[in-house]
Amino acid sequence: MSSTFDTVVNIITETCDIPRDTIKPESHAINDLGIDSLDFLDIAFAIDKTFGIKMPIEQWTQEVNEGKATTDQYFVMHNLCARIDELVAAKKA
Amino acid sequence: MRLEYFQLIDRVVALDLDSRTIEVEANVPVSSTIFDGHFPGLPLMPGVLLLEAMAQTSGWLTIGITKFTRMPFLAAFKEAKLRSFVKPGTRLAVHATVEHEGSGFFVTRAQIKVEGRLVSNAELTLRTIPFPSPDLCASMEKLAAAIAFPMQARAQGADP
Repeated sequence: MSSTFDTVVNIITETCDIPRDTIKPESHAINDLGIDSLDFLDIAFAIDKTFGIKMPIEQWTQEVNEGKATTDQYFVMHNLCARIDELVAAKKA
Repeated sequence: MRLEYFQLIDRVVALDLDSRTIEVEANVPVSSTIFDGHFPGLPLMPGVLLLEAMAQTSGWLTIGITKFTRMPFLAAFKEAKLRSFVKPGTRLAVHATVEHEGSGFFVTRAQIKVEGRLVSNAELTLRTIPFPSPDLCASMEKLAAAIAFPMQARAQGADP
């Protein structure tokens, strides 16, 4: 978890020029860090490549739009990292 | 190339869905009102239109991969380079390949060559969404036929 978090923080700081010390596990990528949809595409690209996964962003967005999930579940940093870990584990299984 | 309709691609030369690459031909017109202003006495293909040619080429590649189920929209250019002037009447060979397919987006690398010489290249990001209307899809299919897009790709592309 901490390793995934550090890696994602590195990706965000390199992609969005957001100061490292402002990114906490409880930070919401959109609401707190101000990452917009285009920057998130860059982040998703880097995460996909780094972890060898394909984050299902469209599915997440659809679930949020349909009220089946909240953005916190996917875009708060510690939750995002947990999703990434799940995807990595699913790929290895 | 029909600049007034923003249709920059003339012909699909090759589309390989296994290697996820496409090559197209784009012929810069000999005359256009664009050259009146860009530039008087020195007519040049605008660099932004060279970038657009790479975007449209990448777009056709993603349309083939997604079996005509999703429409691409240009989202970003990175490391775009315009290496030399392109004059009216020039034949462009535009090539694109998929760098990454994400959820709702593609990252491609594209380049333009003239007589084997690299004149422009870039990394592009394209968002893709399900065709928002049957009319748009039909228009793209019509345009695909006009540029010799191999329509069998519609059946061979990846499952959306």
